[in-house]
Amino acid sequence: MKTTGQVPAEQNKFKTYRNKLWAPYRQVPILGWLLGMLASAILETFTGTYFALVFGMSDIPALFGFTVVIKQPLLIPGVITYILIIYVLPIAIVARLTRSLTNYIAGKLQEYPFWISAVMHIVLFYFIINTWAVMNDYRVLLAKLMLIAIIVTLSLNVINGYMGEFSCSHPGFIALGAYTASILTVLFFVNDSVLGAALLPPALAPFLFPVVLILGGLLASLFSLLVAIPAFRTRGDYLAIISLAFTFIIKSLLENLQIFGGARGFMNQPDLATLPVVFLWTVLSVWIINNFVRSTLGKALNAVRDNETAADAMTINTKKTKMTAFMFAAFWAGIAGGLFAHVMRYVNPGSFGIKKLAEVLAMVYFGGLNSVVGSIVGAVGFNLLSEMLRPTQIFKWIIIPVLLILVMIFRPTGLIAFREFDPKKLLRAKNKMEEDK
Amino acid sequence: MPLLNVEHMTHFFAGLRAVHDYSIRIEPGEIHGLIGPNGAGKSTIFNLITGVFKPTEGKVFFLGKDLIKLPPYEIAALGLGRTFQNLRLWRHMSVLEHIKMAQFSQITYGLIGAFFGTGKRNRQEKENTEKALKIMDLVGIGKLADQLVPNLPYGLQRRVEIARALAVNPKLLLLDEPTAGMNTEELINLINIIRHIHERTGVAILLIEHRMKFVTDLCERIQTLDFGEIIAEGNAEEIQNNPKVIEAYLGKGVKT
Repeated sequence: MKTTGQVPAEQNKFKTYRNKLWAPYRQVPILGWLLGMLASAILETFTGTYFALVFGMSDIPALFGFTVVIKQPLLIPGVITYILIIYVLPIAIVARLTRSLTNYIAGKLQEYPFWISAVMHIVLFYFIINTWAVMNDYRVLLAKLMLIAIIVTLSLNVINGYMGEFSCSHPGFIALGAYTASILTVLFFVNDSVLGAALLPPALAPFLFPVVLILGGLLASLFSLLVAIPAFRTRGDYLAIISLAFTFIIKSLLENLQIFGGARGFMNQPDLATLPVVFLWTVLSVWIINNFVRSTLGKALNAVRDNETAADAMTINTKKTKMTAFMFAAFWAGIAGGLFAHVMRYVNPGSFGIKKLAEVLAMVYFGGLNSVVGSIVGAVGFNLLSEMLRPTQIFKWIIIPVLLILVMIFRPTGLIAFREFDPKKLLRAKNKMEEDK
Repeated sequence: MPLLNVEHMTHFFAGLRAVHDYSIRIEPGEIHGLIGPNGAGKSTIFNLITGVFKPTEGKVFFLGKDLIKLPPYEIAALGLGRTFQNLRLWRHMSVLEHIKMAQFSQITYGLIGAFFGTGKRNRQEKENTEKALKIMDLVGIGKLADQLVPNLPYGLQRRVEIARALAVNPKLLLLDEPTAGMNTEELINLINIIRHIHERTGVAILLIEHRMKFVTDLCERIQTLDFGEIIAEGNAEEIQNNPKVIEAYLGKGVKT
């Protein structure tokens, strides 16, 4: 009895100590964290190479040292010190020191229309990503792919999470967007051996790229009706099979269209998907999708999922709602596909098969159903994890599935599920909240 | 013009005759009761009126409009709110979201508004929230706005369903066994709430019930159904003394 009495006391001591250390950080608004991250990114730009050499690494560790550690376990102490000096300490110090300043700014911004604050935060966030990424080509590529993964995951979450249908058609939608956008840009802006000389001056390309992407999205949206209409009558397993068939049909269709390279793939896309472009599209998609799912029109998806008969009796046009959800999700999948094609500057039908499907589904279910934040966490987390574990080679495909199984056991709906994302709440000052309490 | 006019409605499930030659006329503001033993076809009649099933024969008019060809959501939007015998709530939504959801047909901001969060959208969502809160006060669940529905006790879940049906702006409210699973105290509470709703909104009500106290307290006219057919019709007293009704409920040979 004595021992059991002592353990909680010690735990409490540890807890109070931790709380004391953490307490000031509870009052740091997002702006403070962003400033800290910016400071850390700038610090790494100027001193990263130096510290990396000091701690025995050949270059700046691209992904927080994970890959380095797996290859050379002897470097673990060095990598940990590097992470402390470059990331943890600057963020902690800057966030803490600027706390009252950032709270003041965040509080002032609350008096103005919300979009001013939102734009400011987004611009700052872009600077952080940009500063962090440009040190290393690999980071730029990874950042782009992660941002695209966010769009894909969010759009699949609209169908699988918000509407609760198990749809496997997303690789098909992505492929449609990717090929449409690629064909259009190559046809109009590139002197290509297959599709002939450029029809428009290449200088116009960056301006017409959004139009091209939207056309790709719309085509995917149109094809999504092939899955949406059967969804009026079937649910669950049957719809999963129908949508899986759709993915395979699109894939074999592209494999057999010899004019676009067939199974060999299609290349020569101009380099239009730069980091700012991809970033902007991601922000746009998060904003629009979040707006949609928070409105009553979007919440109708949840009503259809949780009880369709009740939805019908409460004036909700369930067929239209299902069609909207599919077309909307397919549109964003198409956009993501177009961006993906222009990041890789090569597409082949093989990359839109069952492996892509598994990846996308894993991101959605890992992050959390019915949640915008969950999708972002899922997409970023899954991509980071899969890149960090790359040096383990074949073991990667054991570790990630095991992690997924663990998530499914302990949090069956994903890490951050069924949570509404309110940007206003996220960006507001934190000192006032304490006063309210 | 009667609010609801059902003429000679018959429905078959495969070979089984669930409803036979059923008719009812409800004038605005009336409260009607529909009683009958289990399996008599009461809920089927609700489903036929609200368009979940389409009758094999017969006609259904609501405000002079033929409902046979309309899908359920359009029928509801005409002003026909309903509750379900076994609760059909949306388990991941809060109470407020339930009530707002039932105002779906009143939303005019469209997809563009929903995508871009326009001023019109924000204004309408705010208006709808205020309307929803008023309805919730009427039913006595005004303080539960942010509660998730599965966390509520059964009696309150019933009230959420009634509030949700009221949010459709109904002219006729169909209540399918609203007291199922309730104790006497909750029953009396519910009678008062339904009276209150009726007085305040003047909505006509058609309710299915088993409990005689509930029906006789509230309803002006009562129909008794057995094997899909009307066996008796009249006011509370007439029904209670009708030998056919007693036979349907208690069996033959019981003396009154």
